[in-house]
Amino acid sequence: MASTIDPSIAHLYRRAGFGGTPGDLTVGTAAGYAATVDRLLDRSGPDDAEAVRLPDLIPLYFGPAPTAAQTQQITAQRQSQARLLTLWWLDRMATSSSPWREKLTWFWHNHFATSNEKVDSPPMMYAQNQYLRTNGHASFEALTQGMAKDPAMMVWLDSNTNRKGRPNENFSRELMELFTLGIGNYSDADVREAARSFTGWTVDRGAISTSLVQAQADYDTKTLLGQTGAFRADEVISLLVHQPFAAAHVTRNLWSRLAYPVLVDDPVVAELAPAFAADLDATKLVKSIFMHPKFVSADAKTGLVKEPVEWVVGTLRALGLTATQMDSGNPSILTTLDLLGQRPFLPPSVGGWGQNTYWLSTQTSLARQRFAQAIAARADLSWLDPRAPTQSLDALATRLGIEKWTPNSLAALAATTTAKSLVAIALTTPEFVLN
Amino acid sequence: MNDEITDNPEDPTPRVTRRSFLGLVGMGTFGAATTRTRRPRATNATTPPSTAAAPTTAAPATLGSTTVEATTVPRIPNTPGILVMVTLYGGNDGLNTLIPLDAAPYLTGRGALAYKASESLPLAEGLGLHPNLAGFKGLWDTKQLAIVRGVGYPNPSRSHFRSQDIWSSAVPATFERTGWLGRWYDSVSTDPLGMAAIASSVPRFLIGRKSSAVVVGGATASGGSSDFKIATRLLSQPDDSLGSLAARVRSTSADLGRVDTVFGPMLASQSSVSIQTATLEPGAVARAGNVLDDQLNVVARLIKGGAPTRAYAVSLGGFDTHANERANHARLMTILDQAVTGFLRVMAGDPNGQGVTVVVYSEFGRRLAANGSAGTDHGTAAPMFVAGAKVKGGFYGDQPSLTDLDQGDLKFTTDFRSVYSTLLSGVLGADPLSALDKPYANLGFL
Repeated sequence: MASTIDPSIAHLYRRAGFGGTPGDLTVGTAAGYAATVDRLLDRSGPDDAEAVRLPDLIPLYFGPAPTAAQTQQITAQRQSQARLLTLWWLDRMATSSSPWREKLTWFWHNHFATSNEKVDSPPMMYAQNQYLRTNGHASFEALTQGMAKDPAMMVWLDSNTNRKGRPNENFSRELMELFTLGIGNYSDADVREAARSFTGWTVDRGAISTSLVQAQADYDTKTLLGQTGAFRADEVISLLVHQPFAAAHVTRNLWSRLAYPVLVDDPVVAELAPAFAADLDATKLVKSIFMHPKFVSADAKTGLVKEPVEWVVGTLRALGLTATQMDSGNPSILTTLDLLGQRPFLPPSVGGWGQNTYWLSTQTSLARQRFAQAIAARADLSWLDPRAPTQSLDALATRLGIEKWTPNSLAALAATTTAKSLVAIALTTPEFVLN
Repeated sequence: MNDEITDNPEDPTPRVTRRSFLGLVGMGTFGAATTRTRRPRATNATTPPSTAAAPTTAAPATLGSTTVEATTVPRIPNTPGILVMVTLYGGNDGLNTLIPLDAAPYLTGRGALAYKASESLPLAEGLGLHPNLAGFKGLWDTKQLAIVRGVGYPNPSRSHFRSQDIWSSAVPATFERTGWLGRWYDSVSTDPLGMAAIASSVPRFLIGRKSSAVVVGGATASGGSSDFKIATRLLSQPDDSLGSLAARVRSTSADLGRVDTVFGPMLASQSSVSIQTATLEPGAVARAGNVLDDQLNVVARLIKGGAPTRAYAVSLGGFDTHANERANHARLMTILDQAVTGFLRVMAGDPNGQGVTVVVYSEFGRRLAANGSAGTDHGTAAPMFVAGAKVKGGFYGDQPSLTDLDQGDLKFTTDFRSVYSTLLSGVLGADPLSALDKPYANLGFL
């Protein structure tokens, strides 16, 4: 990377976004680290991502007795919508000029992981996605309240069939284990009691709305986390998010995705969680992470592998292409994400996706090699000197936000004989596979 | 930050989706419209005799274990044992898989989700199989299916993720990064090809201290120009700059080279293996493939090709049947039955297949009483299924009581580590202490 770029600015742009453009990094270096953090967290300006056209998303129904042909047609239409919705989000990530908003939405998609595989409604998945995008920066309490009544979430974790008398524990358990408290900080009895508080809701899949059927709601007394009362759904959420465990759990998850993985008892969690517990303000917590000395430490800079979505979006941003442009080709961007094991809107479970070594397997190596060649073949590489592309290693490093090539990578890059191979190899170097 | 915590204790266990698998294999024959894979929910079952004995052998028995080398079925001498672990993600409903026939607590608790005795496939001792497990019933009848009943562990976790970690690590009390088969393999070799997962990432039970499994699909080579290939090899050379994760990127790339060299020709030359058609009567129409078929197809090709792999991981998801269980679980039972049965049929016809043992398990069973969503919530103990030519068919372990419950859930009768111990000695010819913390009873099904 050109010596005029501050490596911490490049690091910040990778973690708070999907990699900065050379222009971003130059401006950020001139403005300084703290000012760049503020700029990234600022939501007031325009965002180029708004130019990405949302596909038509229409709720589609199977009739009361669909024929095989009707079922096939509707299924195909839903799949088409899901594909377009996924490309839409990837294109927002690839083109955003205010990338923290998309990155934070991505974080919450993993935290409140919901899969269209069961929801089976692209319009509903879009509604949840937009809710996270609009509310993810503010109060964690309000966000969790909203997610508890989000139609896609209600379908995903069966809140829509949770009825008084024989409650369904699915949402209650994951709410405590994954969304708020973290495992070990509640009992199975708490799960059962809270499940009663979430009874009575139904989802209208056409209107994408929810409503409470009072006769099916359990308004009787419950005992939860040692407290007794006729807790309603919103009261349970309030009780949970104000437990100190919840602040620690969310702090741990954010730190782990932005800096490097930690356990909940890590000192950095103990240091940052109390302030978050006081106001549950997500943006203040994130700022405290970005401004923490350990966030720019050597451990942090080599402490995360790019998740597949981060890697493919990073390649798009570096080479100036969109997801839609890479929808064709062999392999396409969505096929690549499938091979890598991470497709937006299809987390493998409510636990979301793993980290780091989870993404390092012989299969993911293969998938990265294949896509790197495909996108290098598609990209405009005229900024590399066609007669001596390997003389352009500094320019390439700056493009990819890489501070310095390792000896191995230098040897490999030098062995390439075309600009396409040079770029493809650069995208598979450990430097670029790390985040 | 260090290696211990880059493997995040709450990382979800990897899955294979049909989508990711087909993308890898490039199987264009399965049209999108027919491969739609909604997350299933399940059905249920008939229950065991209400007179079921109280849980008995929960405590790890002492060893002195007669490490049985079962030879009830002729097999080629010196065929190495090969273990194929089939993980059912989400918590398979054990009570609707191994059904307690006409048991009142089951019929009452499950209501419309219960299977009547007349619907199930009766085995013995008041138990029957889910109606869609006809292939398993055939294995039972030929004494190639062992069913270990009431398998679990003390203080059961009803969390998917924690319980998957426990089943993977075989360490219930604390968090342990390595897996039980990974630790076994540490004592055997450092060749990365010894363990293989057909998945998108390595399941924790195949992660050791020294090495972890390779991940394999239908393709092994990325293609590309000759300079790209040369440069890729250079990239995979050891280099200690940038820390342990970067080193892992390089070593994984090197492992991929090994996979391509050794597995590539096997997958190419054995491409005609068809697990699907192995399950069909002559003249029947091939059905659309399922994800477990596809994974076992890769395993079968590698085994037939003589791969040095001793432990394989495949999986099927969708078992978290909190709602609308009956139809979804029934569909999964069909997938499981046809894939495993077809795979074993292919193995039976191959010399290398004689040493194969298939194990089917899940992170927990489901509660005896149904919820109001026509589904069941997270439970505890459940049966495990062990099948293959080396297996001594029959029941092992006691059926849990349906009336003496722990918060509505079954109490386990058989420690899962005793199953692992039996597999380690009986399939892998290993000292169980290479993988387990102390001796556990050999259950004798091998």
